[in-house]
Amino acid sequence: MPGLTATGTLVLDERSSPWASVDPAVPADPASESPERRRAAWMAAAQAGDRRAYERVLADSVALIRAVARRQGVAHDHLDDVVQETLLTVHRVRHTYDPSRSYDAWLSALAARRAIDGLRRSGRQAHREVGDERAVAMHPDEQDASSESDRAQQARHLRAAIADLPPGQREAVEQLGLRELSLEEASARTGRSTGALKVNLHRALKALRGRIHGGD
Amino acid sequence: MADPHVHDRLIDALGAQLAPVRRLRPPWLRTLGWLSVVAAIALALLAHYGSAPMLARWAGAPDLGWAGLGAVLTAIAAAWVAFALGVPGRRVAWAWLPLAPALLWIGASGLGCLRGWIAPATHVASAPEAGDCLFFIIGFSVPLSALLVVLLRRACPLRPVLTAMMVGLASAAASASLLEICHAYDAAATDLAMHALAVAVVVGANAALGGRLLAPGVRRAS
Repeated sequence: MPGLTATGTLVLDERSSPWASVDPAVPADPASESPERRRAAWMAAAQAGDRRAYERVLADSVALIRAVARRQGVAHDHLDDVVQETLLTVHRVRHTYDPSRSYDAWLSALAARRAIDGLRRSGRQAHREVGDERAVAMHPDEQDASSESDRAQQARHLRAAIADLPPGQREAVEQLGLRELSLEEASARTGRSTGALKVNLHRALKALRGRIHGGD
Repeated sequence: MADPHVHDRLIDALGAQLAPVRRLRPPWLRTLGWLSVVAAIALALLAHYGSAPMLARWAGAPDLGWAGLGAVLTAIAAAWVAFALGVPGRRVAWAWLPLAPALLWIGASGLGCLRGWIAPATHVASAPEAGDCLFFIIGFSVPLSALLVVLLRRACPLRPVLTAMMVGLASAAASASLLEICHAYDAAATDLAMHALAVAVVVGANAALGGRLLAPGVRRAS
């Protein structure tokens, strides 16, 4: 089993580490390795169930995922979504990583795929939004300017109402309502059970209804 | 600058769910596993039909032997590529690997049609006999494709349709190789057309169905 030194540095046991079994030339001290080999060693240890190594390799992967997503053309404000999607995918397919091969190439392929999925999703959303604009243009309203400002005001009210929600309820609205994640994905991201998320969403919607309709 | 700790909660949650995993076996090993099933079928066919007629055909008309060798190599290459594409990070360019053996298979089969004489221990297939070839190739391709899809169920093919096409090509080429054992017909345009049709049907069906069967491996985590 990989172990931790007194200083908290991860040291892979050469006898049991899958990485060491593939390439005995790999030094036992990851501090002297290149970052990529260190990530590969951590992932190999994570495959064997080492939580500390797993959390380290995931944290170390964030910058690389962001770089891949940027290269694919993902907008800055969507980079974190791609990072989260990729981390979830890494978790699900971690058994497909072969420690004798490049960890960065493996991760980059997953990140590129998730980035393209994200671009397609936002492309579809943009398409729907264009449709809405055309629909508005086809049905002109005499009070266009004022109704637009009304809408902006309503949006501000809604945002303020969401911000005032208790943290658990706000989280449920953000993850399930605004990001349109599934219960399981939201559960993995927030660390809350799907049951708790459902209850929080229900309460949040009730509170928002009360606040918005009560304020009219 | 992005907050480096924004993903900490997700990383903690994933760490809490961590369990040891059984690593995916390397593509060559899984290819060998699939090929062993093909070899077992080949042995059964050889036990039933004997190897003498096949060897007599190849000795008399080497182009038939080259075509058979091309089909076998195509099956091996396409099966390996299907397993390799199931591992993220492998180069997609590997999908070209079966091209060379496939050209040998197609080229030798086509050259055989140009011969002015009939190979020993064969005759030119009638239309119903050529139809039998179609059913043989499709009939063997279905279980061989299904086996490949089962063997790929734990993989993560980021290009499911291309992977499924390789599954179809491997199965069709393996079936054509098996057919060679009991194929008492000489190369002819009608027979070759039936073989080509069978391969196209198997590859097309895999691309249409197999892509969907393999896609869950790459869909968003749920």
